[in-house]
Amino acid sequence: MTETTDDLVVLRELAFAYGERQVLHDINLRIPRGKVVGIMGGSGCGKTTILRLIGGQLRASMGEVRVAGEVVAELDRDRLYALRRKIGMLFQFGALFTDMTVFDNVAFPMREHTELPEEVIRDLVLLKLHAVGLRGAAQLRPSELSGGMARRVALARAISLDPMLVMYDEPFAGLDPISLGVVGQLIRRLNDALGITSVVVTHDVYESLKIVDYLYFISDGRVVASGTPAEVRSSTMPFVHQFVNGEPDGPVPFHYPALPLTEELMYAEPG
Amino acid sequence: MPSQAESGLAWWLRRVGGTVVDAIVRLGYASRFAAAVLTHSGSAFRRFPLTLREIYFAGVLSLVIIIVSGTFVGMVLGLQGYDVLERYGSSEALGVLVSLSLVRELGPVVAALLFASRAGSAITAEIGLMKATEQLSAMEMMAVDPIARVVAPRFWGGVISMPILGLLFSTMGIFGGYLVGVKLIGIDAGAFWGQMQSAVDFQRDILNGVVKSLVFGAAVCLIAVFEGYDAPPTAEGVSGATTRTVVASSLAILGLDFILTVFMFRGLGL
Repeated sequence: MTETTDDLVVLRELAFAYGERQVLHDINLRIPRGKVVGIMGGSGCGKTTILRLIGGQLRASMGEVRVAGEVVAELDRDRLYALRRKIGMLFQFGALFTDMTVFDNVAFPMREHTELPEEVIRDLVLLKLHAVGLRGAAQLRPSELSGGMARRVALARAISLDPMLVMYDEPFAGLDPISLGVVGQLIRRLNDALGITSVVVTHDVYESLKIVDYLYFISDGRVVASGTPAEVRSSTMPFVHQFVNGEPDGPVPFHYPALPLTEELMYAEPG
Repeated sequence: MPSQAESGLAWWLRRVGGTVVDAIVRLGYASRFAAAVLTHSGSAFRRFPLTLREIYFAGVLSLVIIIVSGTFVGMVLGLQGYDVLERYGSSEALGVLVSLSLVRELGPVVAALLFASRAGSAITAEIGLMKATEQLSAMEMMAVDPIARVVAPRFWGGVISMPILGLLFSTMGIFGGYLVGVKLIGIDAGAFWGQMQSAVDFQRDILNGVVKSLVFGAAVCLIAVFEGYDAPPTAEGVSGATTRTVVASSLAILGLDFILTVFMFRGLGL
């Protein structure tokens, strides 16, 4: 995709390392307004790190992250917090506050950031919960929810301040097929109904191909392929092929780097 | 493992040095964390219900253990004290012995030790688990500072609770001493209370005890919130942090108690 002013998030020549370990190299990536963009790759390839860089929880070692025209790393604390108020994030397992009810979880951002009277907050929270189909669960505790329900509550909380951007970290991980479809459809529907922009980080090819407008593939910290779902399905690139078809071996090796097996068995010291 | 090129001594020196440097780095990090907690404490008082909730969890829920332990410690003091005082024919001074031991030392110290194991460990485990389940990270992404919203109210809730618990411990201990001394052994109640009243000074004994409690409370709560916030986000990480809270708090209480006692009672020719 070429860069336009319609891009809400732009990552340019981005690199990041945890100490000595280089996680991302030279990432260029654009997320256009109003679209659902998937970032896909194997476990531990640096996908979640990208979300943390967009949200300003981590600082890039090189390159820049722009969100709504602002360079995230240059923002001071107050402006970064002002930006985060416009970003919703769904964490991998929901990250609901376990000491609060579902209702209070969704009300949390409103109570922290607005001066709205409690009656208004009540109505807004019920509307948000209704949007994810869980109005009836308002008084439950997070411990009483199934994985799929927790994810939907977290989604209601992520959209509670009507954000411009919602980031999803592995929204499909560990869900049964029905919950999977429900969460997938919710991501798409909320995106279109509320006019938000969505970034979905996932390794679930099948589910994400159904809902995204554009996909980036990350491997070893680099963008190795990108395209629309139709382009991805017909791609002949070995990596994309291996990923989409779930083949165990290919450009992504099955074995973690090690000595050749014969060598290790023959010359291993006992103990 | 020491390599062949490196002698055993050099290896040990290197290890000791590494441990010391790590400890100093961690101490520096803890100090910066403490400064951050203090500078973000405004919300703990502006939104007092948040702190009130923590006073309930740290303070009110510690009441049973404090009341029961205080009473028993006082009763034991009564028995042991009577046994010794009686040899010198001054068993009426039992009230003085019980009250001074409790108000000056045992009240603040034992209450703080119990508080560290009851409330300090709970604070560490709670914050550590919130971190492990990404709740703190989620809060940050919602533009809410976890130090202001989660850490500071827990810190101040504990600091406010501790002196009250310390005083309650001493009060229950004196009551326990009274039960044993007056009701069980039969010392004259007038002598028990009267000698206590003339011997215990409000500023020198009670107020100093409260100051000790406050210092212990601050130390325990700071250790507890720091260990929780710094815990590796795994099951072992949180359990290790909880253990460290209890061990470090107990050592800090005993060490600080000695230092405070030296400063407070030096002028008395002790």
